[in-house]
Amino acid sequence: MSLDPANPLAQFRQTYFEECAELLDALQSQLELLSNGGGDEETLHAIFRCVHSIKGGAGAFGFAALVAFSHVFESLLDAMRDKRIAATPDVVPILLRASDALADIVSAARDDQSLPAGFAADITVALEELLGAAAAAAVEAPALIAAVGTPTGAPVGTPTGAPVGAPIGGPTGASDEIRYRIEFTPHSEMLQKANEPLLLIRQLHRLGGLSVEVDSSRIPSLAAIEPEAAYLSWIFTLDTGAPQSAIDEVFEFVEDDCDLRVQVLHTQVPQLRVPEAGVPTVVASAEGSGPATAPDATQGELHVAAAPSVHSIRVDVDKVDRLVNLVGEMVITQAMLTEQSSLLPADQYPVLIQGIEALAQSARELQESVMAIRAQPVKSVFARMPRIVRDLAAILGKEARIVTTGEMTEIDKTVIEQLNDPLTHMIRNSLDHGIEPPEVRVACGKPRQGTIHLAAAQQSGRIVIEVSDDGRGIDREKVLAKAQDRGLVAAGAIVSDEEIDNLIFLPAFSTAEKVSNISGRGVGLDVVKRNVQSLGGRIHVQSRLGAGSRFILSLPLTLAVVDGMVVSVGSETYIIPLTAIIESLRPRPSDIHPVVGRGDVLALRGEYVPLIYLHRSFSIENAIANPCHGIVIIVQSESAGRLGVVVDELLGQQQVVVKSLEANYDQVDGVSGATILGNGRVALILDIARLREADGQAGAMRLEPGGARRFGAIDQAVLH
Amino acid sequence: MVKRILTVDDSQTMRDMVAFTLRKAGFDVNVAEDGTKALIALSGGRFDLIITDLNMPNMDGISLIKNVRADSRHRAVPILILTTESDEVKKAAGKKAGATGWLVKPFSPERLIELVHRVCP
Repeated sequence: MSLDPANPLAQFRQTYFEECAELLDALQSQLELLSNGGGDEETLHAIFRCVHSIKGGAGAFGFAALVAFSHVFESLLDAMRDKRIAATPDVVPILLRASDALADIVSAARDDQSLPAGFAADITVALEELLGAAAAAAVEAPALIAAVGTPTGAPVGTPTGAPVGAPIGGPTGASDEIRYRIEFTPHSEMLQKANEPLLLIRQLHRLGGLSVEVDSSRIPSLAAIEPEAAYLSWIFTLDTGAPQSAIDEVFEFVEDDCDLRVQVLHTQVPQLRVPEAGVPTVVASAEGSGPATAPDATQGELHVAAAPSVHSIRVDVDKVDRLVNLVGEMVITQAMLTEQSSLLPADQYPVLIQGIEALAQSARELQESVMAIRAQPVKSVFARMPRIVRDLAAILGKEARIVTTGEMTEIDKTVIEQLNDPLTHMIRNSLDHGIEPPEVRVACGKPRQGTIHLAAAQQSGRIVIEVSDDGRGIDREKVLAKAQDRGLVAAGAIVSDEEIDNLIFLPAFSTAEKVSNISGRGVGLDVVKRNVQSLGGRIHVQSRLGAGSRFILSLPLTLAVVDGMVVSVGSETYIIPLTAIIESLRPRPSDIHPVVGRGDVLALRGEYVPLIYLHRSFSIENAIANPCHGIVIIVQSESAGRLGVVVDELLGQQQVVVKSLEANYDQVDGVSGATILGNGRVALILDIARLREADGQAGAMRLEPGGARRFGAIDQAVLH
Repeated sequence: MVKRILTVDDSQTMRDMVAFTLRKAGFDVNVAEDGTKALIALSGGRFDLIITDLNMPNMDGISLIKNVRADSRHRAVPILILTTESDEVKKAAGKKAGATGWLVKPFSPERLIELVHRVCP
C-alpha cells in the first residue's frame, strides 16, 4: 500500500478493500436468498446497504469507475427497496451479473489495474434500462472505463467552491467588497435541530466585517416564555468580498427552518459602517452576542461513564498468527517444566509443583482461547458454492440446486482459506460427472433437477465435510477398465468396490471421454486429495451406480496443536494423534496370526486388525519385536479402517505443538509433522492413514530406507 | 474541554476515516456500527456531536435521529448526517427528523473538520 502524503486517508485503503470483500460476500449471499425466493424486505435493504457502503468508500479514494457503476446499481436497488421495481425472476439475474461486475471493478481498483474497454457496459445498460432512466447519461460506460485505469489517492474534495476557513476577522474595507443586509428569523424547529444562531453569526463574521442587530421585541414576559420557542430575530450587515454563495452556505442547514432574506446594499462598501436605525435594537459584536435562545437546560444532567463497549475488533491476521506461535512456544516450555517438575520430590517443593500444574491448566486454556480467535464458520466458503453450481449448470445445460447444512461449523481460519479450492473442485466434479442432463434424469425416473448436498459437522475433534449428489454415481467397470488400461491396477487383480471408487483420486485419472473445460482445467481429483492431505485431512468417496456419490472430507479443526499419545520404539519417541486411538492392549501370542502377503493380523473380538511394526517401518534397532512383549495401539483411520500399531511402551498423553516437517525439512511418508518434547527432543507425529498406505501395500514396502537415520539428522534448530 | 463526538456508520472504512480525521483534529471520538449501538453509547455519556450515516442495519440514521431528539438528555446535541449527492430525499428526511446538518460523501478531511466546527460550538 502506498501512502499518499497528500491524502492522509489513503491509509484506509486496505481496510476499505477488506470491507469490500466482506460486503461482496454478503451481497452474494443476500442475492442468493433473493433468487431462491427466500428474501424479504430486509434482504433488499441489506443488498442496498452493501452496494451503498462500497460506493461510499470508493468516493473517498477517488475510484471514479467504482463510484459510477455502484451508483447505477445502487439507484436500481433503491428503486427496488421503494417497491418501484419488483424483484421479478428476470431482474434477479441482472442483479447477480451486476454484483459480479462490481466485484471485478473493486478488484481492478484494488490492484490499480485497468479493465478492458467497454467492461460492464452491457450490464450498466441493463441496469439503466430497468431504471427506465435513459437520462442517466452521467454514467456512460466509456467514461467509466477510462477512469478505472487512473484511480488516484486524492480525495474527491469539497464539492462547493466556498472559501471556507477564511481568516477570522475577514478582509476589511477593500474596494471590491459588497455590503449585504441579511434578515434572519429562526423558527423554533431550527433550535430543536440543535442549530445554534451564535455559530451562524460566527460563521458570517468569518466572511468579513459584520454588524449585528438583534430584534428582541418578540420576547414575552418571563411567565409566558416557552423554553423551546424562538423569539429573537437578527439583521446582519456584512461587508465581504466573498460571493453570495458563501453566505448561502452559512445558512445551508437552516434555510428551511427560518425566514431569511439576503439583499445587496452597496456594491462599493464605504469605510465607515453605520448601523441602521428605526428598529429597537441591541447592537453587539458577533463574539459578544449571546442569544439566550439555546434550550440547554437539560445539559445539566450529565452521565460520565466509560466509553461504549466494543463488540468486535478487526485484527491483522499476522498478529493472531504471531500470538498462536508464541502460545505454541509457551506450551512447549510449559511441557518441559511439567516434565522436569515430575523429577522433583513432591514433599519438598509442593508449591512449585502446584504452580506448574496450574500453569499447565492456564496454558491449555490460553491456547484454546487463542485458537478460538482464528476459528470461523465455514459459511464464508459455503456461501460461494450456490453461485458456482448455478453458473456451471447453465454452461453444462444441467439443472441442479445445492443444499447446504452446518455452515456455522467453526474451523481454523488457516484451514478455511485452503478449503475453497478443493471444495469448488469437488462441487464442479459432482456437477460435471455426477449430475446427469435433465432428459437422462427424467428417463431414469429422477427429478429433472439434481441436488448437491454440502454439509459440515464436527466429529470428535475433526471437521467432516460431505459433498454428495444424486447423480449417476461412479461407473466402476469404466473406472477399473481405465485403471487397468493405464497400468494402475494389474489385470486380474481382485479389487474391492471401495478401492475402485478411490482410484479416481489417482493422479491424472479422468473418466470423462472428452476433457471438459469445467472440472478439467488440467486439474484432477488427485490435486484435491493432495490439497486436503496437506491440511492434515483425508478424503474418500462412497458411491452407488445410478444413485449418486458422496465425497467425505475430514479435516483437523486446527493445524497448530494435536493431542497426542507419546510412545517409544527403541530409543525413538513418536506421537500418535489421540483422535485416532481407540484402545491399547498387550495381545496374547495366540491372537497374532500371520497372513500371507499382508503381514501379521491381530484377532480382536472377532475382527482381524492388520499390525504395523513401527520399528520395521522406521528401521529402528533395539526395539521390542514381539507385540506380546510390547503394546499394540488400535487406531482408526478414515481410509484404511482399523490398524494395530506395535510400539514398545506408552509414555503418556500430551498436547503437542505441530511443527511442519515439509516447511522445515521435507515431506516424509507416514509422518504428518514433528514436535519438540518437554525434554527438548524432536518427536515425529505419525500420520496413521499414510502409514498404512505406505506399509500395508504388499506388506513389503518400507518407508524410505534409512528413514530413522534421516530423522535423526533433524535437530531442534531445524524445526524452529 | 475536549469535544466528544460519536460517529455512527456500518462501514468500517467510513468509521475509521471519520474517527482518524477528527482525532487528529483533537476531538475525542467514539464509534458505533448502527443506530442501536449509538443509543447504547449515548446512554453511557454526553456527546457534543453525532455524525451518522443513514443507511444502516438494525436501526437506520433517521430512527437514530428521532430517538436522540426524543431523549431529554441528548435532544440538544447537534447531529450531522452523512449523505451522498443522490440522497436528496434522504437528506430532507434526515433534516425533517431533526438533523442539524449534512455532510456530502465523499468529503475531504478539511471539509469534515470545517463542518464539525460549524455545528459544534
